[in-house]
Amino acid sequence: MGLVEEYGRERVFNTPLTEQGIVGFGIGAAAMGHTVIAEIQFADYIFPAFDQIVNEAAKYRFRSGNQHNAGKLTIRSPCMGVGHGALYHSQSVEQFFMPAAGLKVVVPRSPIQAKGLLLASIRDENPVVFLEPKILYRSSVEHVPVDDFTIPLSTAEVLQPGKDITLISWGAPLYSCVQAMEMLKNPPASIAQHVPQSVRNASVELIDLRTILPWDRKTVAESVAKTGRCVIVHEAPITAGAGAEIAAHLQQACFLNLEAPVRRIGGFDTPFPHVHETWYKPGPIQIMDGLVRSLTY
Amino acid sequence: MIRPIYRSALTQSRIISRSFSASIIRQSSSTSTGHLPGYPSSPFVSTLQKAVFDSVNANVVSDPNAEDQQTKKGIPTFRVLDGKGSLLPGVDESSLGLSKEEARKIMENMLLLPALDVILYNAQRQGRISFMMTSHGEEAAVIGSASALDNKDEVFAQYREMGVLLYRGFSLDKVMNQVFGTSDDLGQARQMPIHFGSTDHHFHTISSPLATQIPQAAGAAYALKRMKDRKENVVVCYFGEGAASEGDAHAGMNMAATLKCPVIFVVRNNGFAISTPSTEQYAGDGIASRGPGYGISTIRVDGNDVLAVRAAMKHAKQHAIQHSAPFLIECMTYRVGHHSTSDDSSAYRNRKDVEDWKRLDNPLARFGAFLQERGWWTEEEGETLRKQYRKDIVKQLDIAEHKPRPSISSIFEDTYKEVPPHLQEQRAELARLINMYGQTDAWKKELPKYRDQGKDMEQYLEKK
Repeated sequence: MGLVEEYGRERVFNTPLTEQGIVGFGIGAAAMGHTVIAEIQFADYIFPAFDQIVNEAAKYRFRSGNQHNAGKLTIRSPCMGVGHGALYHSQSVEQFFMPAAGLKVVVPRSPIQAKGLLLASIRDENPVVFLEPKILYRSSVEHVPVDDFTIPLSTAEVLQPGKDITLISWGAPLYSCVQAMEMLKNPPASIAQHVPQSVRNASVELIDLRTILPWDRKTVAESVAKTGRCVIVHEAPITAGAGAEIAAHLQQACFLNLEAPVRRIGGFDTPFPHVHETWYKPGPIQIMDGLVRSLTY
Repeated sequence: MIRPIYRSALTQSRIISRSFSASIIRQSSSTSTGHLPGYPSSPFVSTLQKAVFDSVNANVVSDPNAEDQQTKKGIPTFRVLDGKGSLLPGVDESSLGLSKEEARKIMENMLLLPALDVILYNAQRQGRISFMMTSHGEEAAVIGSASALDNKDEVFAQYREMGVLLYRGFSLDKVMNQVFGTSDDLGQARQMPIHFGSTDHHFHTISSPLATQIPQAAGAAYALKRMKDRKENVVVCYFGEGAASEGDAHAGMNMAATLKCPVIFVVRNNGFAISTPSTEQYAGDGIASRGPGYGISTIRVDGNDVLAVRAAMKHAKQHAIQHSAPFLIECMTYRVGHHSTSDDSSAYRNRKDVEDWKRLDNPLARFGAFLQERGWWTEEEGETLRKQYRKDIVKQLDIAEHKPRPSISSIFEDTYKEVPPHLQEQRAELARLINMYGQTDAWKKELPKYRDQGKDMEQYLEKK
């Protein structure tokens, strides 16, 4: 809003309705050394540009022997469930890009994070897919510094230190994680019987992964080596979701420390439904249940 | 006069798109074979007052007043030279603006391209390089277009445009370093042969996925427009008629038009996309007819007439800069060679047709005749040059063949600007494996092919 008025039509402009065109165009301008911030209206519609992102943007530097690159390209796109978005206004797409070596994928959780991570993404010398949880666009409010600041990519953030179990997520589900932790501590009377006293005081270490590719394996592995238990939460379907990659790495890096299997909580392996969103998306209950089962394993 | 000729073609192209005549074209050929010559022995072919591409209605226009009649028959083909290398009636030689030096440079490069093609093609057949694609038959389209450009015009190519690099002075050793994947390759030997790229030559690195470069070229042109010191430059984007069927071609042309990008799209319509004839590639009037649909000024050119291609490119560049707008040139030509070394084109087209085409409409012969008529070139010169090229090429080939490949550790570089921790770990893992198993037969034979023989990996061994 207001960017056209401030910076002019030549810098802030409409394109024809073509995702592959938008990303291809962005790559070309970035290859000429220009900073390009492209927008894909919904992450669900990034797939027409998948070829340009995976075969072109991600490989541009490598294939040219560092003669050319698309490093100044950032692709912003709204992602994740919004309550009623159904199949094509709800998807989490980060896992599709995880094998795209050369690409960075970033998901912020709040306004401060969004600004700091986006500025870092724009300035990063690699192409970045920046996924913005759209349910937070208007609901998440905090004081954001007007000044310039960045938050480094590929660094996870420990939001709450703990010693008994590690809870990892990114984007919107982090808020459900916080609610789940609260529920674990003080379960409502209606479900208290399912939450043993012994786990209610468990100390949960909550981690915001923030960058999905390349992700901060050190912070995550150190945490799980310490706690011995891990629950990973994402909205995307479980099979080959980003959680699979993290879990696989953890069993390799923390095998001797693990006291329970790494649990993954995500969407079901179905398309994202309309009226059934409550049952589909991991909410506080599913996450709390995951924590209980891991802690009592 | 040359100008009115293609101007008339241009004005027509804006209004012509409704008059497709594919059905008429089909009738002239019993089988769909791309735009193979329909009548190889027909008398009008040898006079070449008419073009014979059967996938478009390729009339020749040399009379600017023939507009109405031509309009009904599809977008005409702009041509300057006839089949024997003489200027068509009405073409004023002075308007070509061609000096003897330029003309000779064009001819020299048109000869260099096939000389390289033949030797590299054979090198692949002998297993010395892994892959090769030739430009046979398309020398005029590629060199002619290159000759009309400034060396700093940004080029986005498909893969059959090595001639543009050669014209810009890309040296033979650079060609050989790329196809052999030596440690001196500008691309660090990461891509298949003929995927050239050179920042010095303003030639963006080629990639295999077709048509992806088309919206990229539009974006680069938009960037170019905003650069104060590059006002005299345009972006040139080459692709084949097959690639034009990709969604990216639609995306790129539409974006270039709506966002006013100074980019010239050059389509090499050579009749085939591997085995698919162009008659099965589109049902409209070739690619040129799509230009007006996007609001792009368009011309169809006889791609075997180097001077027509050159003139069209010069006009296109002027137009692109002046109007800050794209331009589309469809070069009608013929892919005389196989698609690649992995293709035997006799499986889907008649050998004789190809031989006929080579004999009847050879871009080198046409231009050679034009030069000889002016006393700018002789057969003997051509033969001497061919011999010299063969010598130079074989020499560079031998040198490249004996160069090492880039260091093994280089595969971990340039994926990202930096080497991220997980890649550092994987690099350490490969270092461990080479350290442990480097002496097994398979790896022992392999290691000496690389610069530093794999010893560069030792620094990445994890210290225990």
